[in-house]
Parts: sequence; structure tokens; C-alpha cells
Amino acid sequence: MKEGLIRKVPGVSVVEIDLSRAEDKDLSEISQTMGLALSLREMKALKEHYSRPLTDVEIQTFGQTWSEHCIHKTFKGIVEVEGGRRINGLLKEYIMKATKELNKPWCYSVFEDNAGLIEFDQDYLVAAKVETHNHPSAVEPFGGAATGVGGVIRDILGVWGEPIANIDVLCFGPLDLPYETLPHGLKHPKYIYKGVIAGIGSYGNNMGIPTVSGAIFFDSGYVGNPVVYCGCVGILPKGFYVKDTKEGDYAVLAGGRTGRDGIHGVTFASTDLMEDTDRLRPAVQIPNPLVEERLRRAIITIRDRRLASGITDLGGGGISCATGEMANRSGLGIEVSLDVVHLKEPDLAPWEIWISESQERMLLSVPERNLGDVLEVFEDEDVEACVLGRFNGSRRLRVYHRGLVVCDLDLEFLYSPPRAIRKASHVEYVPTPCALPEPKDLAEELLRILSDPNIRSKEDVIRTYDHEVRGCTAIKPLQGDLSGPNDAAIIKPLRDSWMGVVISCGITPFYPDPYWMAAASIEEAIRNNTSVGGRRIALLDNFVWGNPEREDRMGSLVRAAEACYDFSKALDAPFISGKDSLYNESPLGPVRPTLLITGIGIIPDVRKAVTVELKEEGDPLYVLGVTRNELAGSIYLKSKGLNGGECPKVNAKISKDTTQSLIKAMDSGLVAACHDVSEGGIGVAAAEMVMAANLGLSIDLRNVPSDVNRSDVLLFSESTSRFLVEVKRDCVREFEEILQGVPHCKVGVVGGNSFRIFGLDGSTWEVGISELRHAWRGVDGP
Amino acid sequence: MDLSRAKACIARVGGTNCDLEMKVALENLGLTAEVLHMKQILKRGLSEYQLFVLPGGFSYGDYVRAGAIWGKEVHSKIKSELEAFIDEEKLVMGVCNGFQVMIEAGILPNGELVEVPKAALANNMSAKYECRWVYLRVERGGTPFTGDLETGEILKIPVGHGEGRFIPASEDFLKELIEEGCVLFRYSMPSGEAAEGRYPYNPNGSVYDIAGICNRKGNVMGMMPHPERAFFGWQLPEERNVPYGDGKRIFQGIIKYLQKY
Repeated sequence: MKEGLIRKVPGVSVVEIDLSRAEDKDLSEISQTMGLALSLREMKALKEHYSRPLTDVEIQTFGQTWSEHCIHKTFKGIVEVEGGRRINGLLKEYIMKATKELNKPWCYSVFEDNAGLIEFDQDYLVAAKVETHNHPSAVEPFGGAATGVGGVIRDILGVWGEPIANIDVLCFGPLDLPYETLPHGLKHPKYIYKGVIAGIGSYGNNMGIPTVSGAIFFDSGYVGNPVVYCGCVGILPKGFYVKDTKEGDYAVLAGGRTGRDGIHGVTFASTDLMEDTDRLRPAVQIPNPLVEERLRRAIITIRDRRLASGITDLGGGGISCATGEMANRSGLGIEVSLDVVHLKEPDLAPWEIWISESQERMLLSVPERNLGDVLEVFEDEDVEACVLGRFNGSRRLRVYHRGLVVCDLDLEFLYSPPRAIRKASHVEYVPTPCALPEPKDLAEELLRILSDPNIRSKEDVIRTYDHEVRGCTAIKPLQGDLSGPNDAAIIKPLRDSWMGVVISCGITPFYPDPYWMAAASIEEAIRNNTSVGGRRIALLDNFVWGNPEREDRMGSLVRAAEACYDFSKALDAPFISGKDSLYNESPLGPVRPTLLITGIGIIPDVRKAVTVELKEEGDPLYVLGVTRNELAGSIYLKSKGLNGGECPKVNAKISKDTTQSLIKAMDSGLVAACHDVSEGGIGVAAAEMVMAANLGLSIDLRNVPSDVNRSDVLLFSESTSRFLVEVKRDCVREFEEILQGVPHCKVGVVGGNSFRIFGLDGSTWEVGISELRHAWRGVDGP
Repeated sequence: MDLSRAKACIARVGGTNCDLEMKVALENLGLTAEVLHMKQILKRGLSEYQLFVLPGGFSYGDYVRAGAIWGKEVHSKIKSELEAFIDEEKLVMGVCNGFQVMIEAGILPNGELVEVPKAALANNMSAKYECRWVYLRVERGGTPFTGDLETGEILKIPVGHGEGRFIPASEDFLKELIEEGCVLFRYSMPSGEAAEGRYPYNPNGSVYDIAGICNRKGNVMGMMPHPERAFFGWQLPEERNVPYGDGKRIFQGIIKYLQKY
């Protein structure tokens, strides 16, 4: 690097960087050595704009604010697709566009604030947000996952929501991965798995927020890049959503102390994970749920007393991003003093205080008349708080440290980063024939699939999360003494209303075509929600992808985003919030592209919710939807180590008609039990309904609506838009009437003490309930 | 006394998180219930209340040991106040973390605030947090907390804890507890026979399947399971179309007692 570009200023604690004399290679070097993760184009934009030297506090502000994590440059940038097509932003052209066109009156605030807000009833709003914490969890599993939970809870607090439920979806490498195949620097999946689960349980349980929904996947595509999705749902009275920061309001920082933990968390999240992960530990924050619990109490009190004019959480970028965003959002400027910040250790450099991502902190804007009251509320709850600064009309971000200005930036420029341009190739899965001889013994196949790590009961994990705390969980993740897997959870958030919030997930990472994978995930989230009686469903999208600067990764991202538009629109379910985690690369290559869709529905009366377990001997069992020969990415093939086959597709019309009819049947009281058909097909879904009830079932594959001519395919294909429905014996005619026009057929009868399958050629297979349970749970009985 | 004049104090500190559902349960039965931070209790005292509840949660983050810090705070700051409260035969109830606090403060097993606890609530035998519904057998009906229950009845109520394994100081002390009717609830099989340590019916490995205990008079009670989470029918995992769950029976007992108090 050219000499004198980075200069320590005598007598002060800042360093000055003179970009005006820097050449391209110097710019790249500065970005790298200071941990900015800015591209050469972005560094050049800075050089062009500033003839004066920038302080380290200033240049770090750009590093944080312009990071992938904070402004989603890939999703907001321009994409040039192979063949000459140009996309003016994935977010704008696809995901937000569907929401805009659907134009639902119940969408209250979408894609704007820390969390999406929809109407619950006339007086209340539901807030929802899902985040990822992949990189931190790969480096320090317990702390990474726990702070992921803590962070998303603060997103809900950041829209004045009272958190009522947590969601956690996790993807790991195979737990039995041979140690010798693990590249140097990566941690073994088992270590990550144990730490992540302990971290999630610890934070959610401590905070007293029930963890009610989630999923766990295992695949070699997650060895180098484990995936940790943390979600939170909250509720708030409508009139209390206040975001009205005014000139003269004070900025109050409250909660945990600021330290060296979590320095450069966002820039680390915006680059590949290529070095020895232990060296990155300091970038992971340290969790302390006790502090956040007190903070939550104080914030809800401040909300209810209407003492503050605005709020935001401190996440990526720490104080720098929270103050800048709050000022910018309100068209204001702000002056901040770093001297008043409560520190974990005394000698932090100003830039460290400025960008540290230490946990459990929130920023509030408070009118002068309420400042004393706000500080008193914090004191009453034993929460440390300081008056960080004051909002003004300057449109500048000015920061003081020991009497000196260490940062003075124009907000207009800070929030107009150069738009990223990404290139994408066309990515599409071309089906190859799948050479799979038809097995003779489908009972054996079923037991093998039930014991597959991706299908097996996750009870061991789920019961370490408190899903009953708050006493509002109407439908639990595990049903009854026998722990059947309910498709969605229901929370009854209000004392005086029977209405419930229905929370579901859709995630199908093994389907090889990015477009149909995204379509199936959306449809699955809706289907799971419908299974328990949820309707009026809003969606959240969370993309976990590899490096978007590579054309193939970008190509599949484009396809997935296209499906988001197409199916959100066609299935009448708007997106309300989302987040992307890109740059999930390791020495083993990119992460398996994974899209989590979270569904937030409502149910008018939680007492009418439908659960998974079979109810009554003699009731008929129906299959809704069409079963096709769609085995690509199915657990059936995957568990045999096979590829090929057709990818499950979604027929939006059939899907929509089916869910609408099913809800109608549920509301008419005709449905005794319901389960969505997903991983493992009809075989697994039916077995789960049997195990959850200790009631047998026989099904006849000849009656399954389908054009497939093989029993194994009928039993294990993962075609979308299907449900298994136990109909009350006396209600069959009414049910059939409602289902007119929707593919459906009676396929079985509840009864006996085994699961019996009749194949196409007349062969029959029978498995005892206890045998099923041994395969699926490892033990019989509770 | 007239129920409209009776009042419950639900105590909390940082980390307490089951206070609101406790309030909902008590208020549903017509009792006035106030959630008070320890700071407020220190200022106001307990004289205006007839029921003192230590609810569940992770008081002070459960650092050191579950309930240890709050237990010491109770012992050092409101010992005499609480002893007088107990002497007046008012009711003290601890659920989950509240039970842990009572043990750490020495309030239970004896109903007097002793220096060295005579029992412990240790880490679950399964070495993990356990959130599940369990069956409880009522070992002694007719006490202030079981006034609406008969000996031998079976209740279905959930637990949610990592440290709930009841261990008495000695075999003799256990015998004493049993003989004096201080064992109030035991984990049992659905049929009603004792769980005898069988997991997960006994979810934590408690000695003698102990889920809840009381003092001799029965006006001081602690239990690991959460009756406030099994209060309404819609909270139950099965048979949800009933108005109330088994947890209500315990609160019903409290109400009966207060009406006679």
C-alpha cells in the first residue's frame, strides 16, 4: 500500500484514511485490512465523493451500512440474466411486487420495518420476522444460535410487539459424518447440532417465549454451512405502533453493555466462510437472555404508557446502523456522543463502540417531556440506559468522542450506495430417468424411511424447548402423550378472544429445481397452515444461498425469486417480510440453496383447530390432491442415495381449490383429523397419524387419485397439494359435496392395531404400531 | 373472607416469566391478583395480601443454580415478613422456578425459613430441559391447595424445567415428609399407580416421584408442574372442548380456602 494513506492522528483515538491518493489496489487493500467487505466499486465511490480524509469511524460506518447484511444489495441490485434480460431488483420485481398486486387490506406494514405487520383483529396487529444466524452458528454454535434467537426477538420489540412465539428451522450436516472427511477448520455437525439446539432452548426458555414451530434437516450440503433460521411472532395493540421521531427528540440506548464481542458481525456475514472458524469467534456475540427479558418488560411498559416516539433494535452494525437508520427514516439528522455508552471494558476505540454488535440493546427516540419517565422505567426494571444523543434537522450523522467530532457524514450519501450489478446464468433442472427397481416389501421400505434422520421424530429436541410457557399454546408442536407431529402451531394471544395465530413452515431444500423448490416451499407453508385450520395466510421468505457474485448461484436465486412472485400471487398469500443470507460458502463449496417460507395464518376459534392423530375407529380416511410420479429430491430416493426423477411441481389452481374446500369442511365440523402429505409421501403421513393415536389404519393404494402404476411411488412420492383427512363417519356425504371439483378419494378406514397397505397388484403389507414407533422414535410408548 | 376483598401478590424479579398466566388463572376465579416486582414488595410489604405466589421463570437468569439468587434475596430481605405471613395461615405458593426459590430460601419443606435447605431440586436425570404433560396423583386431599381434590385423584398438567429432581436431605427426612403428609403430588402413570421413577412419567427422576410438597399445615406449597398452563380446556393437548383443565382444581382449592379464611 502507498505510504501515509492510513495515518494515526496524534493525541486522538482515531485513524485517518486518505482515499484521494489511493489507487485501485490500495482501495481493495484498505477494504480488506479494515474488515470493511466493500467492493472496489464501492471503495471508488467513496474516493470520488470525499476529497478529505475519512476517519476510521466514518469508513467503518460505510462498511456496515453498505454491507450485504444491512442493505441487501443483491436483492435490491440489478441482475443481468444470461440471454440479455435485465431485472431491476429481485425484491422489487418479484417478492414485493406480488404483495403490492395482491393489495390485501389486512397487510399493515410490509417490507418496511424490523418486522412485517398484519392485522390480527380489529384492534390488534401481529408482527412476524425470521432471521438467519448461519455464520455465527458455524463458528460458535451455542452463542451463534442463542443470539440469533435474541436478535429476532428484538426485531419484534423493534415494532413495539410483545413476543408470543419463536420458530426455529435448522439444517446440519449428517451427524454420523466420518471425522476424517471434515476439512481443517470446520466443526463437526454433531458439535454444531448440540450447541445450536442448546443455544436456542436456553435463550427462548429463559425469555419465557414458547418455541412452537420448526424443522430439522440433515444433508451433506450443510457440512460447511449449517443453517440456523430463528423466527419470532409478536402481538401489539394497533394504536401503539408508533414511529414518529421528531427533531429535538432524544436518542436513548438501553439494555446490555457494549463490548468487543460481535465486531464486524455484518461484514463477516457478507463474506464467504473460508478460514479457520475458530479465528472468527470474536465476531460472534455473547448471549445474556436475562438482560433481554428485563429490556422486554421495560419496552412494553414504555409502549403502553406511550412515552417514546420511535424504536429500533440494535442488530447488524450496532449503534452506527441503528442511529443512522432512525434518523434517515424520519428525514432527520442526529448527534451522538460515544462517551456515555456503558462499556463492558474501558478502552474500546471509538470505531469499536460505534459498530460493536453486543447483544440485548435497543434504541428509542423520546420526546424531551418524557425523557425522565423513560429513564425511570428502565431503572425500575434494572436496565442500564443512556442518553446517546439528540435528533436534529441537519440530515447528518455526527459523532463525538471525548469532545472531538470523529464522524460527520451526509445521510443522503450514506443511504445511497452504488447499486450492485450481478450476473446470472440460466439454471434449470433437467430430469434424468431414475433407475429404481420396485421393491417387494413396502413395509420394510416404510420402516427404513421412518428411521431416516430427516423423517425421524424430533421429539428429543422439541421437548427441550418450552412450548407451553405464557399459557397461550392451543395447538402444540407435539400432539398428545404420543407426540404426533402437528403440521402447525396455534397461539391464542388474547384473553378475551377465541382467535388464534397459526404458525407454519414450508421448506423443501432437496428438490433439485430452484423454481419448483421455491414453489413447493410456499405451497407447503400454506398447506401446513391449512391442516390445522389456518387461513388468510401471510408469508415470510428467507433465502440461504451461496456467493451471489457467482453466476450459477445467482441464476438459481433468480429462478427461486420468480417462483415467489408466481405462487404468492396465484395462491393469494402475500409476502410481508423477508431476509436473505448469501455468501454461505465454505471449503466444501456453496450451501445447498435453501428457502424457508414461514406462514402466518389466523383461525377464528382455536377450539375448532384440527390435530394430526386419528380419532375414531370406523372413520374413513381420504386423500386430497393428485399423486404423480415425482420422486426427485424425495426422501425415498435420497435415503437410497439415488438421484433423478421428476421434481414435484405445483398446480396453483388445484392447490387453492383444495385448501379452500378443506377449510370449509373443517368449519362445518366434518374433519376429525388432518395431516399434510410432504416428506416421505402418503406412507409417512399415514404412519404419523397412526402413531399419534395408537389407532390402526388400512389404506388401499388403488383408490389414490393418480396416474402412477407403481405402489412404491404412490406411497412415497412427494407431489404437492395433498392432505390426508379423517372424516367423521356420519359426515361423509356432506364432505364429498364440499369437495366437489377437487381431486379426492376415500382410501382407507381407521381401526385395528396395525397399519395395513393394499398395493396395486393386490399384495398387502402390515406393520404393527409399536414397530412403526420403534423405527420413528426409537422407543414405544410416550 | 369475602372473595372480593381478598388479594393475591404475584412476585417477580428480572427473569420471572410466568406471572401473567398466573394472574389470568387467579383472576378468572374472581380473585384480585397483582404482579409486584420485589422492589415494590420491599416498599409495600405483604400485609394487604392473603396469597403470595412465586411464579415460574428464570429468576436472575437462574445463574448459579435455579432459584438460588432470588431464594437468597427472599431469605435476606423478607424473611420475617414472610414468616409472619405463614404464621397467620395465609397461603404461599411456588410453581416451577417459584418452587426452586422456596427450596433455596428454606421456606420448604418445613414452612419456616431455615438457613440450610433440607432438600434440593437438582438437574433432571435426563440431563435436559423437559417440556411435557405429566400425570399427578393427589397424595393428600383437603389441604388449602387441594381443597377441591380428593386423595388419589389423577391430574394432567404440564412441566417445563431443567432442574426439577426433588432430593430430600436424607432417607429419614423423606420418611418424615411422607408420614406428616407433606408430599402433596407425585408423578404417576395414567392409571394412577406411582411412576416409580419411570421416564418420562417421572420426567426428572425425583425421589419418591415427588412433584409437589407442602408444610404440615398445608398453607405453604411448592410444585414443579404448572397448573396455570392447564387451566382452560383449550390449553389441553387432548379433549380440548371442555371449559377447564385439571390445573383449575388447584386454584379452586385456593379460592375455597380464602373464602373461609
